[in-house]
Amino acid sequence: MMQTLPRERIVITGVGLTAPGGANDLAEFRRRLLAGESGISTIELRYMGTAPAGICDFAETRYRKKKENKRGTRAGCIGVYCANEALLDAGIDFSGYDRARTGVYIGLTEHGTVETENEVYNISRFDYNVDYWTHHHNPRTVLNNPAGEITMNLGITGPHYSVGAACAAGNAALIQGCQMLRLGEVDLALCGGISECVGSFGIFASFRAQGALAEHPDPTRASRPLDRDRNGIVISEGGCVFTLERLDRALDRGARIYGEIVGYSMNSDARDFVLPHGPRQTECMRMALERASLAPADISILNTHATGTRQGDVEECRGIRELFADCPQTAVNNTKSLIGHAMGAAGVLELAGNLPSFTDNLVHPTINIDHLDPDCALPGLVIGTPRRMERVETILNNSFGMVGINSVVIVQRFVAK
Amino acid sequence: MTRDEIKDMILEIIEDIDEEAEFDQLDPDAPLRDQLDLDSMDFLDIVMELRKRYKLQIPEEEYPQLATLTSCVNYLEPRLKDA
Repeated sequence: MMQTLPRERIVITGVGLTAPGGANDLAEFRRRLLAGESGISTIELRYMGTAPAGICDFAETRYRKKKENKRGTRAGCIGVYCANEALLDAGIDFSGYDRARTGVYIGLTEHGTVETENEVYNISRFDYNVDYWTHHHNPRTVLNNPAGEITMNLGITGPHYSVGAACAAGNAALIQGCQMLRLGEVDLALCGGISECVGSFGIFASFRAQGALAEHPDPTRASRPLDRDRNGIVISEGGCVFTLERLDRALDRGARIYGEIVGYSMNSDARDFVLPHGPRQTECMRMALERASLAPADISILNTHATGTRQGDVEECRGIRELFADCPQTAVNNTKSLIGHAMGAAGVLELAGNLPSFTDNLVHPTINIDHLDPDCALPGLVIGTPRRMERVETILNNSFGMVGINSVVIVQRFVAK
Repeated sequence: MTRDEIKDMILEIIEDIDEEAEFDQLDPDAPLRDQLDLDSMDFLDIVMELRKRYKLQIPEEEYPQLATLTSCVNYLEPRLKDA
């Protein structure tokens, strides 16, 4: 699948993001990741009380009025911020691109849960009389809502839709953007992922019922994938949108290129609603490598999906150990230890956090590992402090989700060829 | 409620929908939607807020009577006289 024609090569030229803890651009996000600063705090949830969570704090009214934020959804608000930031970062003002030939593809783990819970709570104060159910419910909960809010804000008239792929959704939307560019359906793709999950007590309660919700007296220590004493997932909100362009157009306008998407893969476990399945994840990584015409040893950094559940962490690490057995130079990290699990945004936020390694040649560390789980003791694991590499050439980004959906994206340092 | 109280209440609801709404130049006899950044969904927000605050069920065919600030006050005055 390795693409060689410039019109088929897809590059990342802009990044807009908001990450838990208040990092609202790539430079600040990178600084915090390298410093090993946790973005996790706590949230007070309806019916449940306090839980560790990753919460964003960004300029919500920088790109649209408060009235429009009230009308729309939290996911839409995050999306509008990230999309505008990505376009600014890319230097795209639509003088060279047609809004009708621009696509918006947003990965979501779920959508509508937050709004539905809020409305049920609202009518509970009126004896469950549905006359008090809001007329905003449907436009807020249609699955294309966050992507649609972005198009309304930016006047983009090309296609927009959501890609639902549980926690693999960010990667899935990135892949969708690549495909649409290669098919010639659009000339510019805004794609990424968004999570508004911290607004839903039900998502927390469901993980707790499953025994998979992290707890720790110090919230910054709660997200501890790969640690022996991990006790579950820290739920985060967040968003990240990339601008993707075909290489020829990007070069024509002199765009800064963060990296080239040289391989990707998605597959399904076809097995269990919640439990991950390592062998299928390994197949997914292998297929992405083959499509990129790369060997495992060619990968400089592997960003693990590991969320802080024992089975998930161990399954993934087993596959990595098998596939990367002869790759001592491949560095492995886990971004969720720093920002929690940003669900639909996880894949893209984690990829974004690693992208600057093409210029600084550093690998940001995994934090909160006091007692490394022996089953997760991968040789290249970067723990505690950043690792300097001679030269970072490739990043492999794992992102897996419930109901057995796996995604892998490989990004390469851009080299003209 | 007095006519003035009703007027202030309507403006308060609108301000809650759009805190940037400017009322200085508002013509009470011209349609609110022509003068403020309000669309049909915002208008339904006003209807919903009246329902929540005063248990007022306004039939859809009577919505046109809420078009201007003055017509709002005229329509609501008898219905909110004990409020």
